[in-house]
Amino acid sequence: MTDQVVHDGDGDPNRRDFIHIAAGAAAVGAGAACVWPLINQMNPAADTVALASIDFDLTKVSEGSQVVIRWQGKPVFVRYRTAEEIQEAEQTPLSALKDPQADADRVKAGHDQYLVVVGSCTHLGCVPTFGTGDYGGWFCPCHGSHYDTSGRIRKGPAPKNLVVPDYEYLSDTSIRIG
Amino acid sequence: MSDHESTYVPKTGIEKWLDERLPIIRFGADYMALPTPRNLNYWWTFGAILTLCLVVQIATGIVLAMHYTPNTELAFDSVERIMRDVPGGWLIRYVHANGASMFFIAVYIHMFRGLYYGSYKQPREMIWILGCVIFFLLIATAFLGYVLPWGQMSYWGAEVITNLIGAIPVIGEPILIWLRGGPAIDNATLNRFFSLHYLLPFAIAGVVFLHLWALHQVGQSNPVGILMPKDSRSKDYLPFHPYFTVKDGFAIILFLMLFAVFVFYNPNALGHADNYIEANPLQTPAHIVPEWYMLPFYAILRAIPDKFGGVVAMFAAIGVLFILPWLDTSRVRSMRYRPTMKKLFVIFVVVCLGLGWCGAQLPDANVIPGIGGGFTLFDGDINTYLWLTRVLTAYYFLFFLVLMPWVGLKETPLAVPASISEPVLTGETEQKG
Repeated sequence: MTDQVVHDGDGDPNRRDFIHIAAGAAAVGAGAACVWPLINQMNPAADTVALASIDFDLTKVSEGSQVVIRWQGKPVFVRYRTAEEIQEAEQTPLSALKDPQADADRVKAGHDQYLVVVGSCTHLGCVPTFGTGDYGGWFCPCHGSHYDTSGRIRKGPAPKNLVVPDYEYLSDTSIRIG
Repeated sequence: MSDHESTYVPKTGIEKWLDERLPIIRFGADYMALPTPRNLNYWWTFGAILTLCLVVQIATGIVLAMHYTPNTELAFDSVERIMRDVPGGWLIRYVHANGASMFFIAVYIHMFRGLYYGSYKQPREMIWILGCVIFFLLIATAFLGYVLPWGQMSYWGAEVITNLIGAIPVIGEPILIWLRGGPAIDNATLNRFFSLHYLLPFAIAGVVFLHLWALHQVGQSNPVGILMPKDSRSKDYLPFHPYFTVKDGFAIILFLMLFAVFVFYNPNALGHADNYIEANPLQTPAHIVPEWYMLPFYAILRAIPDKFGGVVAMFAAIGVLFILPWLDTSRVRSMRYRPTMKKLFVIFVVVCLGLGWCGAQLPDANVIPGIGGGFTLFDGDINTYLWLTRVLTAYYFLFFLVLMPWVGLKETPLAVPASISEPVLTGETEQKG
């Protein structure tokens, strides 16, 4: 391809320039059309996109402990909080939080003993360990992030609170996540 | 890498800086400036088409490998998942599968071109031999790939082809077990075939590089088949770019149209329906046939009534190509000026197509229907595909081993033009082969 545009006497691009530009444009368009399927195939496949929603029986969790379940490939913590832990979470002033959020906004009304959060540290995605760290919630071993009993970030490099997934109560003892 | 003067002049500062340190732009520019005979016809565009085929197969293949599972329990389903769930997966699989067929269409035309125009004759023997190596690797790669979907044809194809090696006396059996990784075709076989199917295309790409290196060393042949001294080329040669890049590009567009017709409108026409049935080690399908591009060699294998003999004949059919430059005794390159050889060549092309046709038929079926129970010779009726295949196989080998050396010594060739431009300027009409 020449990059020198030859002009006729009246300053318009001539036919040869037009053919070069048209052929070049067609080649670029065809190339892009060929490359796109090769890129697009790496996007999530239809069987992966099909959103998984799972039901969970809350009677499996005893007070003061948590159960870890798998939802869309990620761990989900279902924690049955003790009365002290709930109190501690509710009485934490928002000014002490890096990512301010009231405990009431992180649980469903009337079910504040059950905390449901995605168990991926918001720093770089490791799974925090239960009941360790300085705030009685979780401690992430990868880079030392501390979460409290509401799953809120209190110390360390993580920027956000543990994510609360979309879920609903089907009955008093059963939830549907997703 | 080539025998012509470098004409590249670095213009920008970056180009000048790079050219003193790593003259890679110079290499590319000189590579594309190869002096090319003006009289090349469209039979010469299949090299570029084949390069494209290799790129398409490697690109789609790497992508398919991102979703394929090389395990007997999961392979068939993983291919179906590619067809149904992976974004555009159906397209990528059909391009890869039909791309193999397109590759062979192009490679057979490319080889017949070389045969007709004497492109294998000195000083181009290395180009030809490297081409034969590529052809052999291409067959091996296509076979390995066909096993991966783990359908019925995959399984039984693998069974039959590995058994060919098992036919070798004494050492055949240990080699067979080594190749399969067990007493039968199983997961170990599939797993290694996946690995090798990934590897071989890169080996092919390496030999293609050598093929082109040899080509640039001695220059392109041409339909007239004469060598031009370097100092008298100005009248008869053009730089490869832009003249032949555009010509090859046009041929590639036409070829891609043919390719697209198959991929989009008839994606399974060249495949076998039985490969949509999952592999069953306990039952061979009744209508087992190799892929179309293997049929001529399959026919040669079946023509010989002896197990090991058939294997030897089949490999010899490819092996004889390697020594072709020394079997042809004629000093005239192009068959355009060899009237006798030209006729024998046309018969040879028909014979190769006929072998392919026979490979797809049952050996005992009558060639001419309605004339059954005729004359039985040796082990079969004369009027069967078995005997037709034997006649064609005989011609195939006679062509290379007898006609090529003999006709070259006996024939009187026509007058060969003194230069590439001469037949054009004197108005000699184009003769197609």
